[in-house]
Amino acid sequence: MRNFVHLFEQLDTTTKTNDKIEAIHQYLSTADEADQLFAIAFLTGNKPKRPIKTTLLKKWAAEISTIPEWLFDESYYIVGDLAESLTLILPKVDNQNPFSLRDIYQKLLDWYGQEESLQKRAITAYWRELSGTDLFVFNKFLTGNFRVGVSKKLVIKAISRYLQLDEAFIEHRLVGKWDPLKEKMSTIFLSDLQEERHFLPYPFYLAYPLDGAVDILGDLSDWLLEAKLDGIRGQLIFRKQELFVWSRGEDLMTDKFPEFTSLKDLLPNGTVIDGEIIPWKNGKPLDFNVMQTRIGRKNLSAKTLAEAPLVMVCYDLLEWAGRDIRDLPLVDRRALLQQLLEDIQSPVLLLSPLLHFDSWEGAMDYRTHARDYYAEGLMLKHKQSPYESGRKRGNWWKWKTDPMTIDGVLIYAQSGHGRRANLFTDYTFAVWDGDQLVPFAKAYSGLTDKELISMDNWIKRNTIEKFGPVRSVKAEMVFELAFEGINLSPRHKSGVALRFPRILRWRKDKSIQDANTKQDLLDLIAAST
Amino acid sequence: MKLLSVTNKGLFCKQANIYIDPWKPVDRAIITHAHSDHARWGMGHYWCHWDSIPVLKMRTGADTNITGLAYGEEIEINGVHISLHPAGHIIGSAQIRLAYQGEVWVFTGDYKLAPDGLSEPFQLVKCDHFITESTFGLPIYQFPSVFDVYQDINQWWKHNQQQNLNTVLLAYSLGKAQNILKHLEANIGEIYLHGAVDNVNQALREVGYQFAGQRIQADTDRSKIKGALIIAPPSAAETPWIKKLRPYKIAMCSGWMQLRGARRRRGVDQGFILSDHCDWAQLNETVVQTGAHDIYVTHGYEAVFARWVRERYNIKATVLKTLFNDEMEETE
Repeated sequence: MRNFVHLFEQLDTTTKTNDKIEAIHQYLSTADEADQLFAIAFLTGNKPKRPIKTTLLKKWAAEISTIPEWLFDESYYIVGDLAESLTLILPKVDNQNPFSLRDIYQKLLDWYGQEESLQKRAITAYWRELSGTDLFVFNKFLTGNFRVGVSKKLVIKAISRYLQLDEAFIEHRLVGKWDPLKEKMSTIFLSDLQEERHFLPYPFYLAYPLDGAVDILGDLSDWLLEAKLDGIRGQLIFRKQELFVWSRGEDLMTDKFPEFTSLKDLLPNGTVIDGEIIPWKNGKPLDFNVMQTRIGRKNLSAKTLAEAPLVMVCYDLLEWAGRDIRDLPLVDRRALLQQLLEDIQSPVLLLSPLLHFDSWEGAMDYRTHARDYYAEGLMLKHKQSPYESGRKRGNWWKWKTDPMTIDGVLIYAQSGHGRRANLFTDYTFAVWDGDQLVPFAKAYSGLTDKELISMDNWIKRNTIEKFGPVRSVKAEMVFELAFEGINLSPRHKSGVALRFPRILRWRKDKSIQDANTKQDLLDLIAAST
Repeated sequence: MKLLSVTNKGLFCKQANIYIDPWKPVDRAIITHAHSDHARWGMGHYWCHWDSIPVLKMRTGADTNITGLAYGEEIEINGVHISLHPAGHIIGSAQIRLAYQGEVWVFTGDYKLAPDGLSEPFQLVKCDHFITESTFGLPIYQFPSVFDVYQDINQWWKHNQQQNLNTVLLAYSLGKAQNILKHLEANIGEIYLHGAVDNVNQALREVGYQFAGQRIQADTDRSKIKGALIIAPPSAAETPWIKKLRPYKIAMCSGWMQLRGARRRRGVDQGFILSDHCDWAQLNETVVQTGAHDIYVTHGYEAVFARWVRERYNIKATVLKTLFNDEMEETE
């Protein structure tokens, strides 16, 4: 693990992409095969789930360091990262690090669900033998995401350089969660796709947002236009009599969608469909909220299934009769898809309808009123486009309708995490309900670094009260928030829930009396249903 | 009636009619040290350690009325015995001791226990009432030995030099810059200074301190600066002035570099944990050893540290609100 820690230090002390790729490449060139695999797993975020509860880790660390837990918490608010807080607070020891990445990976699995006393003995034993970056990396394995300032893309580049294989190929092989205990470098990167890795989806092709004028796309007749639906993007795979459903987040979600089980008897082997999984009733999509509640459920009751029946609105065919057809032009892929869906006639697979307009103006008009058609905008895809991988400009565009906006007053601030640690960047906003300000949304993004720093200063000077990491501040600052949807929600104090709220701009020109009211929010809901 | 209290102008001793590090203009002010949040402009008369005088003059004007004091030298004003004692923070920094009718108060200003190899080391002063800063008053702050850090800096400089890169260190122009200069290995290469650092060095020369390093002037040929080490204040980061020294590796030298987030936000290649304040262990050691029965905690994590002192040591500890720099020393 020492070499991996050294790699981590190199990655952490440079901001230059090339240096990072080279550091990973160097590591792979000298590490033995077991380490290579586990390093790739950890660096791409593929690690066992958090085995120990956060509260226990905090408790033990406070105990060993002979400080009260409230003091640990106060420190944690400032550091903004649990692994780092543990590392800084635990007593310094002479570093001995005889561990291998494989050992630790295995232990992370073993510890999960173990009895508390056993967990404690095991973890504190590690803590007594590690310090500095070694301890930090170990704690990072224990807690949350192992984000180290390298994107999956960088790791892919480094592997591609090391194995002398194409990046797109490497990316494909690393899709989804794989088990480094069961794999070898050769099984992952060199095996036959159809035969041995038949569960793997293709890397998703993602559209860029269209920010300029639509006219630059040229002739409307070169493009296929579809409604952009708000569901879960997924790939449905049927190979070797097995069905797999992958989400765009590269989670295998087959079990979440029992509706699709019936397809096993209908689909031909060697079929991969790309589409939007969405709750659907009476010929139209239901709100995304319905989906979210359903996805959150561990057990799917008959009632849930009836309330939120899912379909896939299919828009692309990536594999047909066992053949990878991603290089065919979209029109041809779509023709095959249409034929396939007509052949099998399943109520859970719908064809995404094409939208026809006489001119771009017609499309623009649709976009403006997209919400009336249960859509969040339009998808524009070039007829001749191949199915590419990742987010690429040129052939596919998403053209979302303008977000809804509302002016809110900042009332609470909390410090952020990671790069934003010890900086007040997480805000809660309120609208007027009579003469009261009621909180209705939290937002973390949308301000520039410069604005964040000046807000941070302002917050420190205008704090009314501190509650742990949260500060209530003087009602003075007004921000325009944008969001994609709004719904009634009994779980929120204000009675409404927003979808994807973010800060659009800092309204320095407005005073708090100009902020919107709760009634304005309710009117928005009424207008959108 | 307390000997020291906080007014809207600053920390005030009514009996002696004198302020300590006031933040608004007053007639009479004792100054702990010459950092700008403690030594402000516009006082009728200043008292401070001899070594603080040149920098104080540089910041407040050459015609400022200043009386110099040596460490341990006592003055008496209306029955209050006032003396300065080494605070170990920077050259000339002092704790202020006030004794009146058998009761002793100490205000630390900024201080650290660990010697930095340049400023007069901290001296423990027994007292009844102790006012302490708490800039790094959380257990996450456990600083390494400064001498190890100086060594790391020299190593890093050599390493960068081998790759034909300059080494830029961002450090306070008063305090840290001199500590580093004092401990650089002169034979590694050339040392250059930002004007702000050189100004302080020139001022300190008047009281007998000599430092290495050439000032970078407007007409300095920067293409000739290769493999050198350059010290500049944190405010110079990402300015055209710095960029002209490319190619370089850049590091921030500060206690805040203990936190990964702070370093990453700075966008520097390296963070050296180098502070002129007490870390957690040093603060704890001091509050206990002064023997004070009343502790007042100011600038930093005051509420947290005061609660800790009450609970852990069972000593009366309260928060004292002041306008000394809140939370970020980098605003200097």
